[in-house]
Amino acid sequence: MELLRLATAGSVDDGKSTLIGRLLFDSKAIFEDQLESVERFSRQRGDDYTDLALLTDGLRAEREQGITIDVAYRYFATPARKFIIADTPGHIQYTRNMVTGNSTADLTLVLVDARKGIVEQTRRHAFLASLLRVPHLLLCVNKMDLVDYDRDVFESIREEFAAFASRLDVADLSFVPVSALQGDNVVQRSANMPWYEGASLLHHLEQVYISSDRNLIDPRLPVQWVVRPQTNGQPDYRGYAGRVAGGVFKAGDEVMVLPSGLTTRVAGIDSFGGPIDEAFPPMSVTVRLTDDVDVSRGDLICRPLNQPTVGQDLDAMVAWMTERPLHPGDFLALKHTTRWVRAVIRDVHYRLDVNTLHRDESASSLGLNDVGRVSLRVTQPLFYDSYRRNRQTGSFILAAEDTNVTVGAGMLHGPD
Amino acid sequence: MDRGRGVVGQYQLSQLQNIEAQSIHIIREVAAEFERPVLLFSGGKDSVVMLRLAQKAFWPGRIPFPVMHIDTGHNFPEVLEFRDRCVEAIGATLVVASVQDSIDTGRVVEEVGANPSRNRLQTRTLLDAINEHRFDAVFGGARRDEEKARAKERVFSFRDEFGQWDPKNQRPELWSLFNGRHRAGEHIRVFPLSDWTELDIWQYVADEHVDLPSIYYSHRRQVFRRDGMLLAVGPHVSPRDDEEVFEASVRYRTVGDMTCTGAVESGAKSPEDIVIEVAASRLTERGATRADDRVSEAAMEDRKREGYF
Ligand SMILES: Nc1nc2c(ncn2[C@@H]2O[C@H](COP(=O)(O)OP(=O)(O)OP(=O)(O)O)[C@@H](O)[C@H]2O)c(=O)[nH]1
Ligand SMILES: [Mg+2]
Repeated sequence: MELLRLATAGSVDDGKSTLIGRLLFDSKAIFEDQLESVERFSRQRGDDYTDLALLTDGLRAEREQGITIDVAYRYFATPARKFIIADTPGHIQYTRNMVTGNSTADLTLVLVDARKGIVEQTRRHAFLASLLRVPHLLLCVNKMDLVDYDRDVFESIREEFAAFASRLDVADLSFVPVSALQGDNVVQRSANMPWYEGASLLHHLEQVYISSDRNLIDPRLPVQWVVRPQTNGQPDYRGYAGRVAGGVFKAGDEVMVLPSGLTTRVAGIDSFGGPIDEAFPPMSVTVRLTDDVDVSRGDLICRPLNQPTVGQDLDAMVAWMTERPLHPGDFLALKHTTRWVRAVIRDVHYRLDVNTLHRDESASSLGLNDVGRVSLRVTQPLFYDSYRRNRQTGSFILAAEDTNVTVGAGMLHGPD
Repeated sequence: MDRGRGVVGQYQLSQLQNIEAQSIHIIREVAAEFERPVLLFSGGKDSVVMLRLAQKAFWPGRIPFPVMHIDTGHNFPEVLEFRDRCVEAIGATLVVASVQDSIDTGRVVEEVGANPSRNRLQTRTLLDAINEHRFDAVFGGARRDEEKARAKERVFSFRDEFGQWDPKNQRPELWSLFNGRHRAGEHIRVFPLSDWTELDIWQYVADEHVDLPSIYYSHRRQVFRRDGMLLAVGPHVSPRDDEEVFEASVRYRTVGDMTCTGAVESGAKSPEDIVIEVAASRLTERGATRADDRVSEAAMEDRKREGYF
């Protein structure tokens, strides 16, 4: 069965957790003991109705404060698909957790409160989803019950958001009016909004076409681990284990190993279950090469006629996720594919205003939750593609050298 | 030379292949980046699947780290026997850390009362063993679908020098770029099965013919009912006067301490039978069978903060 990863986004209290709770509840994906526990908690707290947000807001602090603090992962399946849901927080303080949940998503659900319309946090999250290149964006205009299911409210939010999104890089954008609380248009089409002719939320999630979203063009295998059993049975076995990050590899292919630049061929592709004819993303495989070339962790296997960019001077959009600002001259640890290097920040070119998408070129640093264009130099060459072309070989994380905490996420620009 | 977009449809992984590939990726990252990883192995279904994934990750090489069992002394004998057989079959090194030793050396004090359990004591034994062996990465078989606090945890979960988890202050975790950096004395808990559900585990056990302890399948057993669960009569659990003992066909959905793990009535004899039962189940596995989670709403979160699995 096919897998769809989706994540929520949108401002605090716009109903993300309630919507996920409703989706799970109405598609009968809630176990009785989970429901009982949520009902009991709601009752004790004095809620008028069972708060379905409690299905994902599982931490003590979240329940006390009635907000989401960190991502909750939930799993459910319909006959059409399996789903992994990341319910993320709307509060600006926890933007890094929203980014965490959306970085692996195939689809982002952006929620808007129909009464409040689009607010700064809606724009910030939609922008971050587009920056992360989540291929599908679905805007849910929520709390339609509080605006009498009024079509004009929905249409005006839809127009305003479409205008904003046209300036973002969004491949596929759709809209659905819902009430998470009442369940309108969540699993079933709602009789309260006969003017809406589109699919229910669940139907949309089941139907959206996702299989073209991977890079099958550029063969890339970052080497994670060298398999050398050195047992009596297989004294000379040498395989290069890794997860295919792009393209298709098969036995006989001519390949090049970076950084050495040596060329050889694929002798075979192994797995525990037996040889594999073709390896493609996101498979984890072990590749044998015909020649005894020097390959170690951090190297990359590609094709001689299709190589990534090799370089130490990087240009990237960086999302900054910690209080201590990012300044030129800062040193950081950087992880790209299977390689950690040291990086120094050369320049902050501009900071983006998430509301206007205006580039503030006078900015010389990035603060918490800022996104900006940054140039860096790293201690060893990286083998990379632009993030636009390849999410695996085009991304990196930054960690503080003293605390080891992940403080930034980078999306590389390339020659194309 | 390269394939165009027209034929991409064929390059598809199923959902199970997809999460398997991710788990293998995680396990290899840990082996490559840490100095002293260890895999927690109880003989329970999740840890057995995790061990299989580790085998796959390094095949035809051996698993390059030891496995460790936190032995409460209240184990099902079938599971202990399975543990030893399994570890021997794949040639792994087994470390056993025993709660009884922690009690004997005065590190922890045995609970008293009507329902004494060693569940909570395990945390001390685990943290002591991590310190003693200087393990810097500890693989656990926990899944996010098991419990609401687990649903919140990162794949690479940072633990401070006291082994504590801080759920309000987790590191961002983007894409598949895991950050295992830590200082001496701190460690990372790693959960390769984060995205697996109970149903996925059973589907995988069926598809891959993974061997499991016999108690996972239907068998006859002397049991009695307590707190809505069926507990087995054994050396560490005895029924009170008002608890009637009867024989039933049961299987276990989870395998923990004999004192706090309940059985469910079932005739399921094979993984395929269990897939059908799990798909139709209306209770979570922990809700149905684990007394340790019934202490309070936030029992798991509280234990996890202290350093529990
Ligand atoms: N009337 C009405 N109330 C709603 C609806 N959806 C959510 N709510 C209420 O809005 C409040 C916030 O809902 P949550 O689901 O916690 O919001 P959230 O977006 O997850 O908030 P954060 O995660 O903290 O950003 C709760 O009181 C919900 O009951 C809706 O469709 N109609
Ligand atoms: Mg929420």
